[in-house]
Amino acid sequence: MFAALGDTTRLGVVARLCAEGPLSIARLSDGAGVSRQAITKHLHTLAGAGLVRDVRLGREHFWELDPRRLDIARRELDQIAERWDAALGRLKRFVEAPR
Amino acid sequence: MSSPTDRIEKRILLRASPSRVWRALSNADEFGTWFLTKFDGPFVEGTTVRGHSLYPGYEHISGDWMIVRMEAERYLAFRWHPYAIDMTVDYSTEPTTLVEFTLTAAGEDTILTVVESGFDRLPAGRRDEAFRMNDGGWAEQMRNIEQHVTAA
Repeated sequence: MFAALGDTTRLGVVARLCAEGPLSIARLSDGAGVSRQAITKHLHTLAGAGLVRDVRLGREHFWELDPRRLDIARRELDQIAERWDAALGRLKRFVEAPR
Repeated sequence: MSSPTDRIEKRILLRASPSRVWRALSNADEFGTWFLTKFDGPFVEGTTVRGHSLYPGYEHISGDWMIVRMEAERYLAFRWHPYAIDMTVDYSTEPTTLVEFTLTAAGEDTILTVVESGFDRLPAGRRDEAFRMNDGGWAEQMRNIEQHVTAA
């Protein structure tokens, strides 16, 4: 899932969906300077990772961000970061203790 | 290109000399004192040592620490399985994260930087599973249960 973000084009797609909301493949490929086929492939990779989903609005087909996965990933990293903060706090007390 | 979910970086100023900080990092007993882990052996570059958590609530957890590199008073790196908290699962074939400590002298003090990277390579299920097992995950589970029972 997170490997899905390790690509400049895909990160760009996620960033645009984040900033602009649901977009069509045509709009996405216009901005990215790559073919619709390539964008479609990237979208399917991102969808496979649960990061985006397609929605039909009337007759039109749009892609939108599915923020749950990203939120979970960010919360997980925040929790690990907090554990590091606590560990480094203990290290600080340990090395700074009068000997 | 590194994604925003791949790494954690922390920096702290320690009012202690690099040699003091290095001992607290390179000596497995000292490391274990502040990291709340009991190690079966010393840290030796290129070897794997088993660590047993002493963290309250996680005392049943142990895991392998691969000591990647040790450069006295400058750099320590190891690899581990960061979400390996289900002792019924064999994590040995899964990707690890890399933890790097870098020491920089600042007068008589030490600036210590910790970088943990490689989270993007972990299996998605592992992150979800570990997340469910900690406090935040439980809060979410409770909300799920609440929704479930109120919807019934």
